[in-house]
Amino acid sequence: MLKINNLHTYYGLGHILQGVDMKIDTGSIGVLIGRNGVGKSTTIKSVIGLAEPAQGNITLFDNELVGKKPHNIAKAGVAYVPEGRLIFPDLTVIENIKVANHKPDSSWSISRLLKLFPSLKARETNKGSQLSGGEQQMLAIARALIMDPKLILLDEPSQGLAPLVVKELAKVIKILKETGVTIFLVEQNLKLATAVADHVFVMVKGKIVYHNPVNDFLKEEDKIKKKYLTL
Amino acid sequence: MLGAYIGYTVAIYTGSFFLALIIAPILVACFGIVFEKLLLSPLYKRQDGGAYLMVTFGLAVILAEAIKLTWGADPKGVQIPEMLRGIVIVFDFPFPKYRVFLIIIGVLMALSAWLFLEKTRIGLLIRAVSQNPQMVNALGTNVVFIRNLVFAIGCGLAGMGGVLAAPMVTAFLGMGSSVIIDAFVIVIIGGMGSFLGSIIGSLLVAFVLVFGAYYVPDLALAIIYLLMLIILIVRPGGLLGKEE
Repeated sequence: MLKINNLHTYYGLGHILQGVDMKIDTGSIGVLIGRNGVGKSTTIKSVIGLAEPAQGNITLFDNELVGKKPHNIAKAGVAYVPEGRLIFPDLTVIENIKVANHKPDSSWSISRLLKLFPSLKARETNKGSQLSGGEQQMLAIARALIMDPKLILLDEPSQGLAPLVVKELAKVIKILKETGVTIFLVEQNLKLATAVADHVFVMVKGKIVYHNPVNDFLKEEDKIKKKYLTL
Repeated sequence: MLGAYIGYTVAIYTGSFFLALIIAPILVACFGIVFEKLLLSPLYKRQDGGAYLMVTFGLAVILAEAIKLTWGADPKGVQIPEMLRGIVIVFDFPFPKYRVFLIIIGVLMALSAWLFLEKTRIGLLIRAVSQNPQMVNALGTNVVFIRNLVFAIGCGLAGMGGVLAAPMVTAFLGMGSSVIIDAFVIVIIGGMGSFLGSIIGSLLVAFVLVFGAYYVPDLALAIIYLLMLIILIVRPGGLLGKEE
């Protein structure tokens, strides 16, 4: 369903993505791992259109996304949960969700979302800036879900969160998977990544150097870590 | 300024001040949309605010010259409509009807703007865009449209201000620049991005201007800057703004 083919993206003169190829099947979770600065977030930003690829294709159900504006990509069924959450600090929890609510008949109503995230229910009139990191992360996911997406892009969701909150996050990601939505997760936390992943991709210097189903990855985890992930 | 002059012409041709009050803001808003599309939107990718300042300042100069060529350099007096002439008694004091009308319109416009921003979906999106336009875009909203709309509404309101001011001060070249400085001081005092702050700032500036001119006329010109200076020392982000 999500296919990335020979993707090249530049930031100024920096050639960040140097021919990325990936495929994430419908309803599955694809996890992209790699060291800092190899181009993981740029890959996600290229999918949502916040970074403009210079070459290559990204298709969602055979619908070409390269060249489209971010709002049109979002309308095509892609929801983005960015690194650092980027909650609107001066909007309330409910207002934050409503910003992304374009479909009156979304299968994720606000009340259903608040049931899934009880910590947000207790703080629905609080402003985004008043929430803890974990609550902001749940809000960023809720904001993405109300768009009724076919694909969710999750960029480093565990960043800066306490271990207990990361556990809760893993539970939420699994619940999302059960609803049939496809997830493209970029994650540094290998424990979380492998706990939820169906397929693991490893990136080095803007290229995918390894990809396999998670069970195969776990069998050779130490070798892969040594080869591609440690400094 | 453009609003005042267009309002003057509409009032002359139609004989109706109230028609001018509707038509002039719409025309100024349309002008704003074209200006924003052609000249401002190419600058959005640049991070420096200086570019906007230079382009808008340049436009103000060109506009002033274009107005001089079209309407001439003499101030244009606009008649107060018949029904708003004369005085009313407010708390035993005689008060010009037109000023009461201005106060009512001012309150109504402030209230409508607040309701629009707080209670409508477009208002919510405008508030979100002011906080993080890229994220709003990634969440499925065309931010270019929202910016166009806000600019058009702003120009329309400025146009309406011009039409309303014309009977009091006439339509004259340079009427825009005096307002720009007052508006700048009001926004800085109230705090950037705060709607309530702007309202408090405008009332504060108005009171200080009027009472200052009466009690300390020697300081009349400097007094609002002194007020701004004091507020910036005590609260660098303005009364209700955030410190960067």
